[in-house]
Amino acid sequence: MFTARIYVTLKEGVLDPQGGAVMNSLHTLGYQSVKDVRVGKYLVVSVQASSQEQAEKQVNEMCAKLLANPVIEDYKFEFVGE
Amino acid sequence: MKAGIIVFPGSNCDSDAMHVCQQVMGWDTDYIWHAENQFARKYDLILIPGGFSYGDYLRSGAIARFANIMSAVADHAKGGGYVLGICNGFQILTEANLLPGALLRNNHLQFRCEQVWLKVENADSPFTCAAQEGQLIQVPIAHMDGNYFADKETLEQLQENNQILLRYVDETGLLTAAANPNGAIHNIAGICNEAGNVCGMMPHPERAAEHILGSADGRIIFESILQHWGER
Amino acid sequence: MKTINIDSKVWREMGLSDADYQRICQLLGRQPSYEEIGIFSVMWSEHCSYKHSKPELRKLPTSGQQVIQGPGENAGIVDIGDNQAIVFKMESHNHPSAIEPYQGAATGVGGIVRDVFTMGARPIALLNSLRFGQLDDAHVRYLFSGVVAGIAGYGNCLGIPTVAGEVFFDNSYRGNPLVNAMCVGLVNHQDIRLGAASGVGNAVMLIGAKTGRDGIHGATFASEELSDESESKRPSVQVGDPFMEKLLIEACLELIAAGVVVGMQDLGAAGLTSSSSEMASRENNGIDLDVSKVPLRESGMTPYEIMLSESQERMLVIVEPDRIEEVKAILTKWGLDATVVGRVTDDGHLRVRYQDQVVADIPATLLADEAPVVEAEFKRPAYLDSKQKWQVEDLAQPGDLVQAFIDVLKSPNVASKEWVYRQYDHMVRTNTVVLPGSDAAVIRIKGTTKGVALTADCNPRHVYLDPYEGGKAAVAEAARNVACTGASPLAITNCLNFGNPEKPEIFYTFKEALRGMGEACSALNTPVTGGNVSFYNETNGQAVYPTPSIGMVGLIDNTDNMITSGLKNTGDLILLIGEYGHELGGSEYLATVHNLVAGRPPAVDLNTEKGLQQFLVTAAEQKMLNSAHDISEGGLACCLAEKAIAGKLGVDVNIKLSGKRSDVILFNESHSRVLVSCSPDRLEQVKSLAAQYGMPVYSLGTVGGDRFSLAVNDTTIEVPLVDLSRYWKEAIACCMKPS
Repeated sequence: MFTARIYVTLKEGVLDPQGGAVMNSLHTLGYQSVKDVRVGKYLVVSVQASSQEQAEKQVNEMCAKLLANPVIEDYKFEFVGE
Repeated sequence: MKAGIIVFPGSNCDSDAMHVCQQVMGWDTDYIWHAENQFARKYDLILIPGGFSYGDYLRSGAIARFANIMSAVADHAKGGGYVLGICNGFQILTEANLLPGALLRNNHLQFRCEQVWLKVENADSPFTCAAQEGQLIQVPIAHMDGNYFADKETLEQLQENNQILLRYVDETGLLTAAANPNGAIHNIAGICNEAGNVCGMMPHPERAAEHILGSADGRIIFESILQHWGER
Repeated sequence: MKTINIDSKVWREMGLSDADYQRICQLLGRQPSYEEIGIFSVMWSEHCSYKHSKPELRKLPTSGQQVIQGPGENAGIVDIGDNQAIVFKMESHNHPSAIEPYQGAATGVGGIVRDVFTMGARPIALLNSLRFGQLDDAHVRYLFSGVVAGIAGYGNCLGIPTVAGEVFFDNSYRGNPLVNAMCVGLVNHQDIRLGAASGVGNAVMLIGAKTGRDGIHGATFASEELSDESESKRPSVQVGDPFMEKLLIEACLELIAAGVVVGMQDLGAAGLTSSSSEMASRENNGIDLDVSKVPLRESGMTPYEIMLSESQERMLVIVEPDRIEEVKAILTKWGLDATVVGRVTDDGHLRVRYQDQVVADIPATLLADEAPVVEAEFKRPAYLDSKQKWQVEDLAQPGDLVQAFIDVLKSPNVASKEWVYRQYDHMVRTNTVVLPGSDAAVIRIKGTTKGVALTADCNPRHVYLDPYEGGKAAVAEAARNVACTGASPLAITNCLNFGNPEKPEIFYTFKEALRGMGEACSALNTPVTGGNVSFYNETNGQAVYPTPSIGMVGLIDNTDNMITSGLKNTGDLILLIGEYGHELGGSEYLATVHNLVAGRPPAVDLNTEKGLQQFLVTAAEQKMLNSAHDISEGGLACCLAEKAIAGKLGVDVNIKLSGKRSDVILFNESHSRVLVSCSPDRLEQVKSLAAQYGMPVYSLGTVGGDRFSLAVNDTTIEVPLVDLSRYWKEAIACCMKPS
């Protein structure tokens, strides 16, 4: 079993109103040091595969097909555990 | 005129679309269940209604595009049949790559339901041909993710091919930021594909097709389809 | 059954008193098991058993020709002709919303929707009645925006329009907001299903979501006061899944259409425990459950946890054994699970097994009907005398009445609630023919000419200052709002939000408010068909205003005759139907301009009220009026402003009343008054019809232009309509803007 931690984020240049709202809120709380916030999705997917290479291939496909929308989103992932 | 309305789990404007197609327009209309692999008969128009297909979990429309019926919808579009996606239907069509671009969360992060003014930018399409270019129509919106986005290149193509059908404007027809209810790029409310037979729009013309509902302006979309079909 | 040694700590922690425990032992003739104590503790909680409120609720009028189903079922039902009926109910989700506003409000909507479709009805509209502290408080803004987003998130996904309601702001709700949700459904008579376990030997099936540990003891939580520690009780709050609920609605309505279920009940407070015992006791049958069959979301759940889980989006259905497969097929189509978890028996017992082991065995009526009834003590609160002593003579008239008018118009209680309702999909189903923002919403019934008028009302400040008059007024105002559209009021549901009923002064307000409500319901022929009581709305010992929210349903035979509030045509006359009024006590003007909550609130004369409403309904039928709007918060001045803004037309009104204070004329909230407009050639007709119903008619001025001009004695309020509109529409949005 391989467990992938997948991060889906909006592409550079795509407006992120949620990120903007969070940044404003942080500023109101006094964190003037915050210069940018981007909000994304975090998914944990456990995959049955014979090798990490195999699992990587599958996860890549899943991201491209469903988990991220290539028009607006980027993704990256890492494996944890085994 | 034969119309088919796709029903996904979570569709909730399916019966509204049925009411307009059947009662207001008098069309021979069926519901088509998402799990079917093909259409039971040939349709002139496939309508993908609004709602929250599969709860709109993950992203609006992302899961619906993989439903069995969507390959039949793609074939129908390829064959030149009319496809109209309203609200969630528009989101599904972009996710399915039948229309360019994507629909992001509204820039103010709230669901927004209200009447808006739209300007018909292209009155040659099958979905707008009964209107005049520049005509203003009042039609409601009701969505959380209606903020249309496309990259620069795509936008140029849309512009060049006259694929932008409707834009949000104020009641005098001016394209202003205040008239934009969701942050959509260039105030885009509705587009079509390059061939012109697939259309997606965030506003709900089926909610503005009878005077008792406060506006019957949205009927022009359905009348356009009928007119185009008749001339075909 | 194994009996473990149980000490008093166990039942006390679950909220049972020692006396309750003794009573349970007596009724069972033995010591209860651990599971049984848990079951009794939730079923005998205030939330499920109504032990303090029952004696008072029994005094309310509940019958009438129009009533098909009164209190006691999941929702009330009234007849609207053509073999159709309206199913409706209102319920509170106050404490969950105070702790987690988004999910608390969302699951409140989910619960009330299930109450309606469980009766076989298609939900066609949602309403809500919301109360918060003042918007200058950041925590209040967080609660307010969270609650509105939660209602929107859930209701919008279901595709049920949220069409009407009210929002009221006052400091008394600062720590304990009120979130009351109402659902309205449409059903054909033959499709009505009751929540009864009929047919011995029938299968009991659980459908919908899997069961997890959420909300265990939520009903008990709702029966306690909130304190600073309440936030740490967060795990008690359930998370809603509106997509699952949408599938459940469609699947359940399909089950009913296919005729494969004999009874249906949703799992609400106290989950499987209350649904099964209520179903059994309604039919004097028993239910035998094997909780090991219940599909679980978490591993290692005990029978106790399974019985008390408040996981959302679950239903219990009673099915004849040979139709189980049909039920499963329909649910599979909608991607849902259906599991047989028990059967109906003839011995009247709720018997809970875990495989072969019986963990609870209780006569169902003990749970549903034998909860101890408390004869609560009551005492007239001391504050009433001192508050009511206030007189208008004590008040200096402000120097600038124009500014006072603008301040009242901009007060969040009067200002447009567009910021709220534009987040709700109020148009889906394409039936909303009068949109939010009018006196009552109207939903057309497709295939007929009929429409249903809906509203939710209560002025809690008035109830606080005089519980009896305030209770009466809540019903009268709701009925008046319905009548303003041209519809005849039919019946009410209610949500009674009060503080701790064990305090005699609180219980007095409850008793008196209900006495007032009952009188008004009788006089206006709008019986009570059900509702909900929410006590213990207190934060650190401070109770909210007594708030009996009224949800009213009315019927209009032909939607062509509907009237809306906005002015329609230049040149129309503006008429006051009813008196100029004089009662300033408890008004929005006093609160906003003078920072005063005092005086006797306006009293309702039920005869006059009835006359006014009959006039409105008849005038609508005869198409005499072009608009009608009820005078309430903000008085005549704000009523006129709202009519002008809604109609996008100016007004020119001149009132001369010698010897009367201008502020009293502008802002008093006396009842049984409506501002209407009509074309000049209708004036005589309107006057003679009004006279038939004993209503005076005063011609105030005319419609037209782009200015709001209102002159009262020597005061003239003159504001461009665009500015007026901006003040009113943007007030709440301004308060909510991120700083």
